[in-house]
Amino acid sequence: MRLPPRGREQPRRPADDRRPSTAAARGAPRTGQHNAPIRSPGRSNETVTAPPDDCLARNEWICGAYIGSRRQILLDAVLQHLQLTVLSVLIGLALALPLAVLARRWGWAAGPVLALTTILYTIPSLAMFSLLLPLYGLSATLVVAGLVLYSLTLLVRNILAGLRAVPEETRQAARGLGYGPVRVLLTVELPLALPAAMAGLRIATVSAVSLVTVGAIVGFGGLGNLIYAGMNTYFKAQVLTASVLCVLIAVAADLFLLGLQWLITPWTRAGRARVPARRARARTEASRV
Amino acid sequence: MNTLTAAWHWLTDPAHWSGDDGIGHRLLQHLALTVVCLVISCVIALPVALVLGHLGKGGALAVNLSNIGRAVPTFAVLVLLLLTPVGKWGEGPTVVALVLFAVPPLLTNAYVGMREVDRGVVQAARGMGMTGRQMLLRVELPLALPLVMTGVRIAAVQLVATATIAALAGGGGLGRIITAGFNLASTPQVVAGALLVALFALVVEGVFEIAERLAPSWARGGR
Repeated sequence: MRLPPRGREQPRRPADDRRPSTAAARGAPRTGQHNAPIRSPGRSNETVTAPPDDCLARNEWICGAYIGSRRQILLDAVLQHLQLTVLSVLIGLALALPLAVLARRWGWAAGPVLALTTILYTIPSLAMFSLLLPLYGLSATLVVAGLVLYSLTLLVRNILAGLRAVPEETRQAARGLGYGPVRVLLTVELPLALPAAMAGLRIATVSAVSLVTVGAIVGFGGLGNLIYAGMNTYFKAQVLTASVLCVLIAVAADLFLLGLQWLITPWTRAGRARVPARRARARTEASRV
Repeated sequence: MNTLTAAWHWLTDPAHWSGDDGIGHRLLQHLALTVVCLVISCVIALPVALVLGHLGKGGALAVNLSNIGRAVPTFAVLVLLLLTPVGKWGEGPTVVALVLFAVPPLLTNAYVGMREVDRGVVQAARGMGMTGRQMLLRVELPLALPLVMTGVRIAAVQLVATATIAALAGGGGLGRIITAGFNLASTPQVVAGALLVALFALVVEGVFEIAERLAPSWARGGR
């Protein structure tokens, strides 16, 4: 994993530059070998292999030849991007669910849990990744760990809001029918909290897709790697293509989750039970960079 | 723990506090960027949001803008701006990107705040013969103030974070300490820079929290 020479500063990798062992890193693109522009402005001594009237040679923003010739690199970057996003959101979800349930069960735990998540969410992503550097080194695990903390924050808040919005009468009705606490949680409270939780999951996923790009600082940023490399070589087509792909992934992920929500919450289509979701969404307008 | 000790030594070394690359200068840069861009974004976003909220128009745009803002990677926008002619103005790309990402939360929260004002109160104001401008400034704006301020707070915290990432694309501010640390392969410097940035963000959040507590009760909306 080597980045091409930068415009301003020459990067040297801190600490251990070991190959990552996580599955998420396997798709790491070997940038620098292929994706330098054929001729970048101010560097006339580079070898010119393409015909001079090529859109790559002219360093244009939109360039079909770029997509054609770098298909594999783009594919690898998209794959890494997806792996990092999915892994961190799933781990975040696995941690957030018990935390939210516990915070709901024990009222005193809700305050500290929410305060901690607010503090975590306030820390900028670049600082978060940097603070984790001594723990994980330059690895994909570092990026995943940082993203897990952010998705965790969003998910805990939303799931908790969803659980709190379950009407007390509903809970008592279930209890009156002879439901035990576990059964109330699994068959009444969690399904009713689903719309709010899904709203949180959508926000967490879209944020994670855009935050993965910052992982380029440690070399595991999916499409962010291409943006970073493209910045250092003034390669306009690469920066624009990678950015557009990034937005497309975010939109596709959002639509996918919207469809999933539609499938797993058939009762909301009757027009009821939408209120909790909307209320929870109004409280989470913040986004993280 | 060794890294933390080393980071502490890095932070307490007076040599790292002075000069153009020193902590003091970077801190001021970060603060200036945050404050200037917050003012610019407020001047752009708040009048638009207040008028749209008063008229009840453009709601879909105002609310969806922050969803769009979330999907667009800050880093990508910074690099795209750097490669356009804006990139030649020094801090130009940073300022433009910062304003772009601060406007959506301001717009959305101010708009939602205006729309959530009790319709009965607005009707009463109209019944008393208030003009549109009077209703906007004397009735709706004071009642919407808590949410407007929430928007300003979110935008401020967001600005601090965006200004940090700007260092990746060659901008100034505290993020430069982190990127320089990466380039020097100095983990203590990276951690020290990250601590400074995190502390800065938490202080900004804390200032708004305190301001909210000290504000008169009508500005807090009784929440």
